[in-house]
Amino acid sequence: MQAPNPKGTLLRIRNLRIEAGAGSAWKEIVHGVSLDLAAGEMLGLIGESGAGKSTIGLAAMGFARPGCRISGGEVVFNDIDLLKDVKELKRVQGTRVAYVAQSAAAAFNPAYRLIRQCIEVPVVRQRERKSKVVERVRNLFTRMHLPNPNGIGDRFPHQVSGGQLQRVMASMAMSPRPALIVFDEPTTALDVTTQVEVLAAVRETIRDLGMAGIYISHDLAVVAQMADRIMVLKNGNVVEEGSTDQVLQQPREAYTRNLVGQRRFRKQHVPDAQSAVLTVDRVSAGYHGVPVLENVSIEARTGETVAVVGESGSGKSTLARVVAGLLKPMEGRVLLDGTPLLPSFKQRPREELRAIQMIHQMPDTALNPQQIVGKIIGRPLAFYFGLTGARREERVRELLRMVEMDPDIFLKRRPGELSGGQKQRLCIARALAADPKIIICDEVTSALDPLIADEILKLLDRLQHEKQLTYIFITHDLATVSAIADKVVVMKAGRIVEQGSKEEIFAPPHDPYTELLLSSTPKMETDWLDNLLDERDAARKSRSGEVAPAEA
Amino acid sequence: MTAVARAIRDIPLLTKLAIVIVAGYVIVAVFAPLIAPYGETVVVGPTFDVPSAAHPLGTDNLGRDMLSRLIFGARNMVALALTTNILAFLIGGILGMLAAVVGGWLDQVLGRLMDAAMGVPQLILALLLIAILGNSLIVLICIIAILDSTRIFRLTRAVSMNIVAMDFVEAAQLRGEGVIWCILHEVLPNITVPLLAEFGIRFCYVFLFISGLGFLGVGLQPPAADWGSMVRDSATLITYSVFAPLYPAVAIAVLTVSVNFVVDWVLRRNNKATA
Repeated sequence: MQAPNPKGTLLRIRNLRIEAGAGSAWKEIVHGVSLDLAAGEMLGLIGESGAGKSTIGLAAMGFARPGCRISGGEVVFNDIDLLKDVKELKRVQGTRVAYVAQSAAAAFNPAYRLIRQCIEVPVVRQRERKSKVVERVRNLFTRMHLPNPNGIGDRFPHQVSGGQLQRVMASMAMSPRPALIVFDEPTTALDVTTQVEVLAAVRETIRDLGMAGIYISHDLAVVAQMADRIMVLKNGNVVEEGSTDQVLQQPREAYTRNLVGQRRFRKQHVPDAQSAVLTVDRVSAGYHGVPVLENVSIEARTGETVAVVGESGSGKSTLARVVAGLLKPMEGRVLLDGTPLLPSFKQRPREELRAIQMIHQMPDTALNPQQIVGKIIGRPLAFYFGLTGARREERVRELLRMVEMDPDIFLKRRPGELSGGQKQRLCIARALAADPKIIICDEVTSALDPLIADEILKLLDRLQHEKQLTYIFITHDLATVSAIADKVVVMKAGRIVEQGSKEEIFAPPHDPYTELLLSSTPKMETDWLDNLLDERDAARKSRSGEVAPAEA
Repeated sequence: MTAVARAIRDIPLLTKLAIVIVAGYVIVAVFAPLIAPYGETVVVGPTFDVPSAAHPLGTDNLGRDMLSRLIFGARNMVALALTTNILAFLIGGILGMLAAVVGGWLDQVLGRLMDAAMGVPQLILALLLIAILGNSLIVLICIIAILDSTRIFRLTRAVSMNIVAMDFVEAAQLRGEGVIWCILHEVLPNITVPLLAEFGIRFCYVFLFISGLGFLGVGLQPPAADWGSMVRDSATLITYSVFAPLYPAVAIAVLTVSVNFVVDWVLRRNNKATA
């Protein structure tokens, strides 16, 4: 795996310090980071949000985001000191070093065709002949395994899928033939099946063209597939650095061991009750007459976790909205304890609303920034149970302790003064305040860092055991499913592909789509992607016999 | 206390000046009878007398003390503009938040009604309504407030829509909370800053509008002092290079500019806080 180093060091960063702030208040967020990158080498930067990985990635291009400034150290690219030589910096940025952002949809101008945006830098900045660049970009499209590489450039950004757009953006970054590309979480917004395609295409092209890269991600399993070396960051400091194999197999620091060994959590108890508390009976639903859910039936028993898995567009969130009464089904009904619920939450009596609570994906937007913790949790208590004064406060304190937050510290705080994990705990406490039977968890861990997410899952599991709660767990992450589900419902394009107990779903034989999802989930092994691609290649060959792929 | 001191220190110099000026206007308005040397409507000298020790700004077309008129004018104008503005915000703000929270047909009906009201030039519509309903203080306040509320409705609805789209409002609705709770506890606390800023800006507009009506002779009715009509009453004097018509005009301009400075500062500070 270790790349040869024919040309010596391409990028050298020494003692890099970056500050964030405004006016007279600046605070250091990157504390003296050093790294070396050889030509043709791929370095993985990994860490939680706030670790400074994106900030360092941008600084490698001599750039600091608005609100940030590089306060010390040196960034030397190809013997050019990017922090001192402003003229050279301008020449190098975008041509010799390029950047691939997380959201391709936000990085493209929706008004121009893809090809025009891909050739812009070489044609305008490097004064190359247009026809020559177009040809090179089409070649890149082919390397990236984009369908119809000669025609896809004539489309607009909204006319291609998310995974395709991400590959087009990588092609755009490569079109000026840079020596270094910074990839900032390029697959985080993609589904697992799409992620595999993008990872494979990017890796192959980078290696073929001999470019160096910095690959930034919070997902160690993904970085392990892409990087020769890995640097683990925390709070703007380097925790550990080493070859990918070494970091995965013999992590030196406790923090890295946690990252590598995460997801060891497994559900601790088995539900015993047998009565169905929630039944979704042949429901079809959609928006503006366009069906999104078709003939979906599920059943959840008391104390059970039903995980609904699927990729974006599979209708899993729509199912949650129908159960909550936010979307009226076109057909079918939802039953609570055998009694049909009214289709809209506006018609449902207070007792039924209380029984079904929801925890949202983004804790940031699910909490009113102007209300203190005491009011956020206290309101459901007053609303449903008429609790007031000291009795309400006592119960609020009890709920906070239940989600492992110290009431004396947090009672008077506002959401802005809480971390992401604390906010999600608060959302759980708010749901618990209603003393519900069912909690709909809509991607509750996907906005959180892996270690924090694990803590939340543990908490949810303990609460379920104590209170016999039923969870409808909406997620795209199979690792989460295997951690906490009792029953799994696999959805695709608005239909249920397969459902059954976790053991049934996770043990072979699989439905083909479930198999695809399972195999596409990255594992903490350096050769996971290689093996997967080999397997799929072999399967394709055995299926199609001697017929070669049409486009290659 | 130190936090307050630091906050005051961080205010830009121009904004400090503007705050002092606005405060000065308010003090003058509140304590007008104590400050003014003469009564609001008392004839104290010859008409159009030049400035003297007894009458620092001279006298007006009926021989009333210009300075006293100006001071009482501040009281009338500020009180009138404030009342009108508050009424306009009550109407526009409540309807705007209702439209955003309830949505559906109510949003549509209110939106089209406001569009229709905004379609006619404000001044012409105001003149028309005053001609029909007669000129009294109540009518004046109501007409200006309703006309102004259309703009406030638009703004409130737009900023409320951003809040209604948040999950915490959905959470409140799923809990079973009514429209009034959602407006008072979920939406309103999150839009107070843009509304406050708009309050300052609209205050200037209302103030200018009342002055304009006064200048046209359909605003506050004599003998009450009103800066708009004071400009008109002495307008002809400008040809004799006497400054009389400029005093009320300057009073209007200084207040408007100062309020705008304060509003800008409030908005800037908020932008910094949210960034």
